[in-house]
Amino acid sequence: MTTLAPPREKPGTDVSMLSVEHAQIGYVVDGVRHVAVGDVSFEVRRGETTMLLGPSGCGKSTLLKTAAGFLHPWQGTVTVQGRPTSKPGPDRAVVFQEFDQLFPWRTVRDNLVYPQRVNGRDKAEARRRADEYLELMHLVPAADRYPHQLSGGMKQRVAIARALALDPDVLLMDEPFGALDAQTRSRLQRELKDVAARTGVTVLFVTHSIQEAVYVGDTVVVLSTPPSTVLDNVDVAGLDDPADPAFTDALTRLRALLAHDDHEPAAGAFE
Amino acid sequence: MTVTDTVRTDPVAPPVEGTRVRRPLRELRWGDLPTGPRRTALVVAMLAVWQVAVEVSGVNPLLVVGPVDVASAMVDGVADGSLVEATLTTLKILLTAMAIGIAVAAVLTTLATWTKLGEDLLVLLTSMLNPLPAIAILPLAILWFGLSSTALIVVIANAVVWPISINVSQGFRTANPTVVAVGRNIGLKGWRLVRDVLMPSALPHTISGLKTGWAFGWRTIIAAELVFGVAGEGGGLGFYINNARYFLRTPEVFAGLVTIALIGILLDLAFTALERRTVLRWGMKAES
Ligand SMILES: Nc1ncnc2c1ncn2[C@@H]1O[C@H](COP(=O)(O)OP(=O)(O)O)[C@@H](O)[C@H]1O
Ligand SMILES: [Mg+2]
Repeated sequence: MTTLAPPREKPGTDVSMLSVEHAQIGYVVDGVRHVAVGDVSFEVRRGETTMLLGPSGCGKSTLLKTAAGFLHPWQGTVTVQGRPTSKPGPDRAVVFQEFDQLFPWRTVRDNLVYPQRVNGRDKAEARRRADEYLELMHLVPAADRYPHQLSGGMKQRVAIARALALDPDVLLMDEPFGALDAQTRSRLQRELKDVAARTGVTVLFVTHSIQEAVYVGDTVVVLSTPPSTVLDNVDVAGLDDPADPAFTDALTRLRALLAHDDHEPAAGAFE
Repeated sequence: MTVTDTVRTDPVAPPVEGTRVRRPLRELRWGDLPTGPRRTALVVAMLAVWQVAVEVSGVNPLLVVGPVDVASAMVDGVADGSLVEATLTTLKILLTAMAIGIAVAAVLTTLATWTKLGEDLLVLLTSMLNPLPAIAILPLAILWFGLSSTALIVVIANAVVWPISINVSQGFRTANPTVVAVGRNIGLKGWRLVRDVLMPSALPHTISGLKTGWAFGWRTIIAAELVFGVAGEGGGLGFYINNARYFLRTPEVFAGLVTIALIGILLDLAFTALERRTVLRWGMKAES
């Protein structure tokens, strides 16, 4: 662990929420095994936002899908609070990159209420919580609209609110702002940081943007090109001012880590 | 004084959000009228031309009758119940057959979604039976079930089952994988995932399958009744038309045809209303 930030209060505790141990994960294509994630180990601590950073195709989504229970490790383990993530479940709510992840036939509010109802919350409580998270994500004016009437940024906000309303042990996010324009993107990064601080939710966030990793995260797990391994864990907690020299140092440090990876990423591959 | 002057002399008023754009009456064009009045006007004009043409040309009333005679034949048919009864007989058979067709389609598409064998079976059956004009199996059905409404129901069910199956299974297959993943993520599986995620995802396809199925069924049942004159116990609409022809009651022939067309239009309106309340409202299908 390389510490760059000045000493500060840790937002979370040191309790591990999600743990990946020597995971090897891959795909079978036409009967042939292809390893995407070579040998990866890292921890996501309770209350923290952990960023998975690495070049495109290094297996970040593969790791996230394994944590979500859609894929299974060939070797090693992926556990949440000690339990293997063998099948999908709302304790690991996922926010995808795609804007079309909302149920188009449900209003914004129903997109929040329905998943809670599936998980046994009574109507009044589900509705109350939905309204609470709509408020938190600045969605109240859009509550009765259908998803196709929303902008991309709003859709991603709804997806985040829907996931949070499920009270997940860990919120899994796969480049949720990757398809947004720069301005909306930085606004949502700010909002997410704020909401994570207010709710204390544990987050595993996949990105290929160094800037996003430093700004949004508390810890950055840097992955190599596939079959990927962990290059380093970088502590970036408390860094939220791009003008802060420590912020710039973190950017430089991460950029150097990725550049020294065996296959040089093409110039401009990282922001 | 000066204030009103400025307003009046301003050549181009700045566009204001929410104001209605109105064209002066003398510049009004056909395309600017709302759809309803436009279509109604056209129908009235066509009926008028038809009536005038019949009266002026002095055509043999055994061959062509004007809309006035058709209307009075329809009124009589409703009053003495013959037209209503024929319509109900046809609709009853059609609806029974549609229900059976939908049930079979549901089983087939469920199998096709869950097993590879079921998928192969559906592909094979649809590619063999869908291109076959449904009316072609009527002789076989009569051979099996006699001149009964069962024979008709079998023929119509066969006509509707394939377009519905094809469309619904396509709807399932093309369901957005991200939405399905979200469904599983929030804890849905098995039947609940099918009912709450796959079925609504497939709704645009399901509706167009039902539309096509209905159109096939409607054409087929009229054809079957015309050719064989059977529609179970009482005669249906096809029988009504053929019977009227036999007795040279030409206005009734036209009345039957108009009834068929009207029911077709009504069902189309019903489907459009259904789409407007569902898939169009949800942005799952573009307005056409
Ligand atoms: N469904 C799949 N089938 C086969 N190979 C896949 C599949 N999904 C991803 N891969 C491969 O696995 C590797 C990692 O992919 P992914 O986890 O999506 O990378 P990232 O999210 O870091 O960009 C890539 O080489 C990709 O081509
Ligand atoms: Mg990815």
